[in-house]
Amino acid sequence: MKSKPTTLKILDVFSILVLGTAAYLALVVAPTERVMGNVQRVFYFHVGTAWTALLGFIFAAVLSVIYLVTKDRKWDRIQVAAIEVSLVFFFITIVLGSIWARPVWNTWWTWDPRLTTATITELIYIAYFMLRQGIDDPDRRARFGAVYALLGGLSAPITFFAIRLFRTIHPVVIAGSNPEADGSFSMTGDMLSVFFFALFTFTVIFIDLFWNRIRLGDLQEKVEQLKLKVTM
Amino acid sequence: MFFQEPIPDTSGYMIAGYAIAFIVMSLYVASLYLRNRNLNRDVEMLEEMEKATTGLETNQPKKPTKTVTKRGRKIQS
Repeated sequence: MKSKPTTLKILDVFSILVLGTAAYLALVVAPTERVMGNVQRVFYFHVGTAWTALLGFIFAAVLSVIYLVTKDRKWDRIQVAAIEVSLVFFFITIVLGSIWARPVWNTWWTWDPRLTTATITELIYIAYFMLRQGIDDPDRRARFGAVYALLGGLSAPITFFAIRLFRTIHPVVIAGSNPEADGSFSMTGDMLSVFFFALFTFTVIFIDLFWNRIRLGDLQEKVEQLKLKVTM
Repeated sequence: MFFQEPIPDTSGYMIAGYAIAFIVMSLYVASLYLRNRNLNRDVEMLEEMEKATTGLETNQPKKPTKTVTKRGRKIQS
């Protein structure tokens, strides 16, 4: 396998640096929210991971269309990479949300429309990997994965708009407000700066992990090809 | 100022949240590293096996081939 490109090595280091900076800004620089206290600080990572994960799922749906048109398995590998990294990020989103909810809503979990759609999204993509494992033929697996990811991609906008379309207790902090929400807050200038830096940080980390995962997929493909050569 | 409620202490939840976020990300990075390492080992092993099999094929003595002449007689080369 080719050695890591210098750009990717630089991106690896940069990702660590921005993650450290984002954590410092969220934990130290951002002001403490008066009603919720320090637990509000998980909001920066919660929204940062959610933002990139949902965009990642939509991006995977776009890659599915490209695969179905071109039939080039390269696009399948890229799609798998996007979904895997998004799945990890979305898991962090859900866990952070649950931890935030405990002191604010007085419960770890409630079947609110946003939480329910988020859970369904996560389960859809866990099932995606389980179902892929069950198909041996690589072309069939890629075709199946593309159709599944295309349909699964619908769950991302549904999850995003759930708090804007349905009655929910989940706060709407960006682009709108929800008077029925429990745990809403207005962001100050400092909070906004930290928030946008967290969005930038998780976008950078996503790109870095995504690139590394694509390289892993290429390596897997190479192993499959070599196995075929040796056994034939 | 007298009636202002104190800020609730929810630091434990904040620490738990950040700890879990960092642990999950670290585990994912570790899984990428381990999978990459194992696949590189597989590639090395399979490339050696491929070389060995192609080497065997080229080292095998040539079997005498039979050609048929115009008259239909077989000649061994």
